[in-house]
Amino acid sequence: MSEVAQPASLALAVSRPQTAPFDWRRAVPLLLAAPLLLYMLVFYALPVVAMLLRSVNDPSWTLSHYATLFDDVVFQKTFWITFNTSVTVTLGCLILGYPVAMGLVRAKAMAPFILVIILLPFWTSVLVRSYAWMVLLGRHGLVNEALLALGMIDRPIRILNTPLATQIAMIHILLPYMILPIANALRQIDPSLIRAASGLGSTPFMTFRQIILPLSMSGVAAGTLLTFVLALGFYITPAMVGGPRDITLSMLIAQQVDQLNWAYAATLSAVLLATALAILAVARKLPGVGNAFRTSMR
Amino acid sequence: MISAGTNGADIGRGASVTLSDLEKTYDRASAAPKDVDRVSLDIRSGEFLTMLGPSGSGKTTTLMMIAGFETPTAGDIAIDGKSVVAMPPYRRNIGMVFQNYALFPHLTVEENVGFPLKQRGVPKPERARLVAEALELVHLPGYGARYPRQLSGGQQQRVAVARAVVFKPRLLLMDEPLGALDKQLRENLQLEMRRLHADLGITFIYVTHDQEEALTMSDRIAVMNDGKVAQVGTPEDLYDRPENRFVAGFIGESNFLPAVVRGVENDVVIAECDGAVIRALCPGRPASGEKVTLTTRPERLRFADSAWIGEQMPQNCLSVTVTEAVFAGERCRYMLQAGDGTSIVLKEPSSAAIRRRAVGERAEIAWSVADTILV
Ligand SMILES: Nc1ncnc2c1ncn2[C@@H]1O[C@H](COP(=O)(O)OP(=O)(O)O)[C@@H](O)[C@H]1O
Ligand SMILES: [Mg+2]
Repeated sequence: MSEVAQPASLALAVSRPQTAPFDWRRAVPLLLAAPLLLYMLVFYALPVVAMLLRSVNDPSWTLSHYATLFDDVVFQKTFWITFNTSVTVTLGCLILGYPVAMGLVRAKAMAPFILVIILLPFWTSVLVRSYAWMVLLGRHGLVNEALLALGMIDRPIRILNTPLATQIAMIHILLPYMILPIANALRQIDPSLIRAASGLGSTPFMTFRQIILPLSMSGVAAGTLLTFVLALGFYITPAMVGGPRDITLSMLIAQQVDQLNWAYAATLSAVLLATALAILAVARKLPGVGNAFRTSMR
Repeated sequence: MISAGTNGADIGRGASVTLSDLEKTYDRASAAPKDVDRVSLDIRSGEFLTMLGPSGSGKTTTLMMIAGFETPTAGDIAIDGKSVVAMPPYRRNIGMVFQNYALFPHLTVEENVGFPLKQRGVPKPERARLVAEALELVHLPGYGARYPRQLSGGQQQRVAVARAVVFKPRLLLMDEPLGALDKQLRENLQLEMRRLHADLGITFIYVTHDQEEALTMSDRIAVMNDGKVAQVGTPEDLYDRPENRFVAGFIGESNFLPAVVRGVENDVVIAECDGAVIRALCPGRPASGEKVTLTTRPERLRFADSAWIGEQMPQNCLSVTVTEAVFAGERCRYMLQAGDGTSIVLKEPSSAAIRRRAVGERAEIAWSVADTILV
């Protein structure tokens, strides 16, 4: 019992006895997490693995499903649309989200209110929000009515069921994932740095360029990655408000599953997953980003 | 209006700063007293002025208003005779050292020091030369490529100073720049600050809550209390002639003796204290019968029977009882009690030749009238 009570450093310094008694305290965190781990294993990891396996062993062990992707025009077009949409949506979130993050950090009394507005999308189902966008963007929706009333157009324009509608709706849904990491990084900037810059002759814009922006890059990187990877896998929104021909990877996967084309669906899933993981793996190697991940996830 | 320090030829390398009835209230809705209350100061070109006061006395706020980071609620700030209240900080051309140094963590030492030059559009080669010069000035040559986190606290402080003077401002503000450092380092850097001030010849406004630091470094000290200036003067002025009880108590140690005024005679007040007649210096003319407080420094009191007491000056005398005697190496410290119960501290240089007093012993103490001040 007495060895257990020793601080770790001391215990290490003393040469370990050959038959060290099993330290139950170390096992406690693992034991506490065990039910969830078991749950995840049975209901998440196993099904995912089983699904992905179908891409290589349906009907028998083969890589032919992957090989065919190289000259599969539908896949390539879909992949391109998915990638393109994700990039546009991520940029949109960045441009719209950065000023909001700054406002959130600077606001004092208003901050909780702004935060609630930012987080509202989190608390509403994606389905409901997509329906709401259908109402807003439709031929006789609010947006068309407003544009008509302002005289900017003379007959309703088509917004719903275009790539633009997908992008607008996805930006709305993903904005919090961009704003929060950026706000977090901005909040960690010591306000005296901004004063110092100003005192040293830097105009507000120069201070933003040289101090605030570089010091918030970790948050920008984290938000961008998070938004981009989430955008890659979007299904409901593009399916509901997007154009009939603008099919994303997840829509294609769902379509294939509907047609009981399991092997093809599994192959596409594997590609989607691999793309997301590859982006995360590369990004973590960039200076500052891995660190940003750790802090923004805290 | 052109004031004395600002007309033509006698503009030195340093800026003159005039604060007139400067006021700041952060929370105007609350009934709390003003955070800075009618502060008026005339800081001369090239002066080393220290604002000294306890925490919360409004030193930082005053400095921030001079730098332009806070807007005064009332009053005016003039630099070289021109009001700067409406000028944004980045146009004021003032060097500033923050308590936490505020070095830019993503920039190297060189880039940090070069920052103010870059904002002013100084071309690169010129910038490099000036940065090297500034790092030389603070004894940090060769550290240019490091990042702030790779430096010790003292080195960071030097970088902050280099960055604040590299663009040759005429005024340098420092908010407790040595507060985060250990005592040894602080004492070294105090000397370096003095040297820097002499080398640069610019005006320094220095904030500290450390009275020793203020006394050793400053040309003049403005003592702050509750947002007001309690007294402005040279270190000697403040120590030898405190104008009020706060200053007497805040700077050094003081004894306070309650007394009643009996008369005034050429700037000397004659007062009665515990039955004895005590003379004190006083610039004002208190009325006879007024209840006042006299103050004197513990190290300026002597036991009246000590052989070496100076005879040339008129003396005050008082009978006391020793209640505590502590030998503290270079000094002996006695707690005494007067007949009316007033506690008095007396510090005597220790010498084997001087007889130590015992607790309970009765004694006469004496001190010079010049060391007695009515506050
Ligand atoms: N940003 C602020 N907002 C509200 N009150 C402040 C702020 N800064 C300082 N104060 C208040 O102003 C008073 C003076 O503070 P400060 O100037 O920081 O004093 P010092 O530097 O002498 O310690 C204090 O009562 C403090 O609480
Ligand atoms: Mg302060």
